[in-house]
Amino acid sequence: MKLSENWLRTFADPGISRDELARQLTMCGIEVEAIEPVAPSFDRVVVAKVLSVTKHPDADRLNVCRVDAGLPEPLQIVCGAPNVFEGAIVPCALEGAMLPSANIRAAKVRGVMSYGMLCSGKELGIESEIDGLLILPQDAPVGADFRKYSDLEDHVFDLKLTPNRADCLSILGVAREISAMTGTPVVRPQISPVEADCSDTLEIVVESPDSCPLYLGRVVKGVDLSMPTPQWMQRRLVRCGIRPRNIVVDVTNYVMLELGQPMHAYDLAKIGGKIVVRFAKEDEGILLLNGEEMALSRKQLLIADQNGPVALAGIMGGEGSSVTDATCDIFLEAAFFDPATMAKARVPNLSTDASYRFERGVDFGMTGSAMDYATRLILSLCGGCAGPVGEFRAALPARDPIALRLARAKRILGIDLSPDTVSFLLKKLGFEFSFKEDVFSVIPPSCRFDLKIEEDLVEEIARIYGYDNMAGVRPASTMSMLAARESSREVAELRKLMVARGYFEAISYAFVDAAWEADFCSNRDPILLKNPIASQMGAMRSSLIGGLVGALAFNLNRKQSRVRMFETGTCFFRRDAAYEQREMLAGLCYGPALPEQWGEAARNVDFFDVKSDVEALFSPFAPAFEPFVHPALHPGRSAGIIFEGKRVGVIGELHPKWVQKYDLPKAPVLFEIELEALLKREIPAFSEISKYPPVKRDIAIVVDEKISSQSILEVCRSMPALAKVELFDLYRGQGVEAGKKSLAFSITIQDTQKTLLDAEVDVMISQLIEALEKRFDSKLRI
Amino acid sequence: MQNLDTLLEQALSDLSRTTDPVELEQAKARYLGKGGAITELLKGLGKLDPDARREAGAAINRAKDAVESRLAERREAIQAAILERQLAEEALDVTLPGRGQETGGIHPVTRTLERVQAIFHSIGFSSVSGPEIETDFFNFTALNIPEDHPARAMHDTFYVDAEHLLRTHTSPIQIHYMMENAPPVKIIAPGRVYRVDSDATHSPMFHQLEILWVDEEVNFTHLKGVAADFLQRFFEKEDLKVRFRPSFFPFTEPSAEIDMGCVFCDGDGCRVCSHTGWLEVGGCGMVHPNVFAHVGYDAEKYLGFAFGMGLDRLAMLKYGVNDLRLFFSNDLRFLNQFN
Repeated sequence: MKLSENWLRTFADPGISRDELARQLTMCGIEVEAIEPVAPSFDRVVVAKVLSVTKHPDADRLNVCRVDAGLPEPLQIVCGAPNVFEGAIVPCALEGAMLPSANIRAAKVRGVMSYGMLCSGKELGIESEIDGLLILPQDAPVGADFRKYSDLEDHVFDLKLTPNRADCLSILGVAREISAMTGTPVVRPQISPVEADCSDTLEIVVESPDSCPLYLGRVVKGVDLSMPTPQWMQRRLVRCGIRPRNIVVDVTNYVMLELGQPMHAYDLAKIGGKIVVRFAKEDEGILLLNGEEMALSRKQLLIADQNGPVALAGIMGGEGSSVTDATCDIFLEAAFFDPATMAKARVPNLSTDASYRFERGVDFGMTGSAMDYATRLILSLCGGCAGPVGEFRAALPARDPIALRLARAKRILGIDLSPDTVSFLLKKLGFEFSFKEDVFSVIPPSCRFDLKIEEDLVEEIARIYGYDNMAGVRPASTMSMLAARESSREVAELRKLMVARGYFEAISYAFVDAAWEADFCSNRDPILLKNPIASQMGAMRSSLIGGLVGALAFNLNRKQSRVRMFETGTCFFRRDAAYEQREMLAGLCYGPALPEQWGEAARNVDFFDVKSDVEALFSPFAPAFEPFVHPALHPGRSAGIIFEGKRVGVIGELHPKWVQKYDLPKAPVLFEIELEALLKREIPAFSEISKYPPVKRDIAIVVDEKISSQSILEVCRSMPALAKVELFDLYRGQGVEAGKKSLAFSITIQDTQKTLLDAEVDVMISQLIEALEKRFDSKLRI
Repeated sequence: MQNLDTLLEQALSDLSRTTDPVELEQAKARYLGKGGAITELLKGLGKLDPDARREAGAAINRAKDAVESRLAERREAIQAAILERQLAEEALDVTLPGRGQETGGIHPVTRTLERVQAIFHSIGFSSVSGPEIETDFFNFTALNIPEDHPARAMHDTFYVDAEHLLRTHTSPIQIHYMMENAPPVKIIAPGRVYRVDSDATHSPMFHQLEILWVDEEVNFTHLKGVAADFLQRFFEKEDLKVRFRPSFFPFTEPSAEIDMGCVFCDGDGCRVCSHTGWLEVGGCGMVHPNVFAHVGYDAEKYLGFAFGMGLDRLAMLKYGVNDLRLFFSNDLRFLNQFN
């Protein structure tokens, strides 16, 4: 909310500097986000009168003016503005003036001396829309300093109000706050009731008293809408961010800004019979002041006449009943609408100054004063005669006393508070209260909709006491040690491992392009956001693969040739009506297996490079890998990762069709694993170190291509006294039949009880070879 | 014995001239071998009379010893020279770069998270997490934000269906935790949160961190103390100024914004702090009794404080990152600055 500092200081002026005032307000919870001067600095600009205008002898578009600037002699000034005329009152920059746009000196303009400049608003930096000279009212005093005349030594405070402080949505409200924090009393205009000059009234019927427990209406007849709004009022409105419209609307806005009570004025001639406050019926509609036709729903509170809706209560008036230049008689409305009703009736994209205030709570103790204040301003500015105030009144929000226990306040805040201190603070806040047996009984004022429970008052006390005046204390606490389970590990460990193996951590958006879900997960029914920020960010991911492929493409476009990334994050799955959310860890490798370096032939990363990274993640556990078809991956170069009998992940090369679709020069190798499987850790259990020497034997067998090496290794691992088996060679080609492969294993045997004899080892190895032959039809390669 | 002296001189000089093991062995053979000159002299002793034999034998043996000693000396020298040569030949250009895999890097937000966790774990907080697709109840209602409350407008929420949304803050994690655990509570709850917002300082997905401490005597000055302590530790600045400013959050009361002295200008005022000297780093307050009511805690017995901060913001301030969107770009040129 924007407020004029000068206006504010007419209500409460604590005699402190602008910056200090802003700081204190901020420290009191009324954050001053910005302070802007209403005009840039300039000087030697005065109010002047154009005495005569004659054409410049040598320039069609220029005029030579004689100007009374309040100096002993008139000035000759050359002027290029098309709207200059004899008798115009305008701002005039004198010789030596420093304007935001120029420094003014006496100079020849096309051969004619000019001793100053007649100014546009733009040249003074105060208005940016209007071209031509800034024409001032005829009564502006010639020779007066223009800054003083236009009250330009003012600043606009931009306040960032929290939603609970509706009471500060006015000059009066902020002044009350200044008073509470500085002790400066609030100076309020004396508003006495306006006696009726005529007896005209309009019947007021409130059909929904809960939603509108207070409605005041008054007829004012014979109002002269041709009267211009006074400059001072326009200035204050503009500085508070409201565009002047016409005198009646300006007055209602002015009263709202000053007292916080939104008001509305209707053209009496266009109201049929009576005012009815009711909820909208099905199929009703209204043409609003902003020109929009709106279909109404039953939750919409209306101001209607006997013919239908004339305004959206507390939000915006209807076009049909609005005050125009032709209006003569008006009906003024000041009401209190229930905040909850207003919140329910909120119209998307239609937040007005009025609705903003009503939703948060308007001071119903101020409604009558506002009506009188607005009436008085209208009568004095544009004449007319006022009828009596018509009133509907039902049960207004209760302001029941709240008990504030001194001990409770001390306990919550952790500071020592005496009854006198609390009394002093409550008085500063202007609250009514009594004190008995260490309990304050506080009645919140009608403007405070946020004070309902004890804690609300504790906060008020703390705010005025000053958060800065409370020390920060390091708490004493019972110390208990955190659980430190060895059977699981932190994700941080996995991240470190990935980093050590050359991967960079990525963080991608959890909402992705639905096409990624379809391509990489065959997910045709992804979880969609109802209001995505962009259509390609509309689906919740069920895999991290898309994000990594996207990151790869991004980096390839930025001339990176080697990409290794991993990510941990939540993936989302539909489970009937609910959602399952699982943490995953995924990785992607692209380009050379090793960074460019001497002594190592460049080679592209392949399935087995990445498989070793996956094995390292699981180590010391050894998951199994089995061929597995996954929509994202090359069907012949992908595997499911099996851990404890369950598939917990996949690994493989990106499917060639996605390589093509996503415009990648080569296929990356990817993996994705459920994080939970990786967090498991085994608590080591010691086993006796064998005193007997190990025996190592190598065997090579030829088997069919289709036989997986893993199945052969499994058979090897089943042999007794086996210490270790390693696959150390894979060979195809000369000496090996087509469609077959040769695999060489190094087998280490060790007994914990005795030294194995060669003969015993020979028997064990031939038993193994026999078992392999039987199972895989393998041939020993010699 | 003129001959012997000449022979010895000749032998020693021959040995001294040798430079490799083969020459040395050849020289040895010439003097001490089967048909060597000194061996021949020894063979000739038999022809002499005993007295002369004794005398000549001693002289020849002396000469033989001298030759052998020179031989050993020479052998050692030649071996040393060979080793020297070999070492010189084997010398590497030790300035060549090492081979193998490079290391990658942790994301700056994760790096920040791990630091923050370490700091809070040091005073006994445990890390907990919660779901990202939340229900309206956990994200709003249980946090004292009823339907139609204006505070809901502060959260530009992504909706999944009529009841589900993407959590707009990490505060619902405290509700889950309190519903499942009796007080006292000392938790840190980090996570990804989502809001409909996107520009240089807003991302539709970002990271928050929630601290919750509930116990019988936890008060507002403790909140102030812990928040200040944390910021001073995190930014490694003992004299970092921290101030609390009254604010409003539906789930805490009293509530405060936490500001700290600008770390870029030391509070003098700069572009980053909008010339105020202060940076907003989080919101906090004493847990609202309505929140305790929702989780079944006795608000008369227990007090608690909660505070929340943006992890991305902490990372931006700590590392001087000027555009929030960089965190979610996955740009390796950015990420490799944090390895």
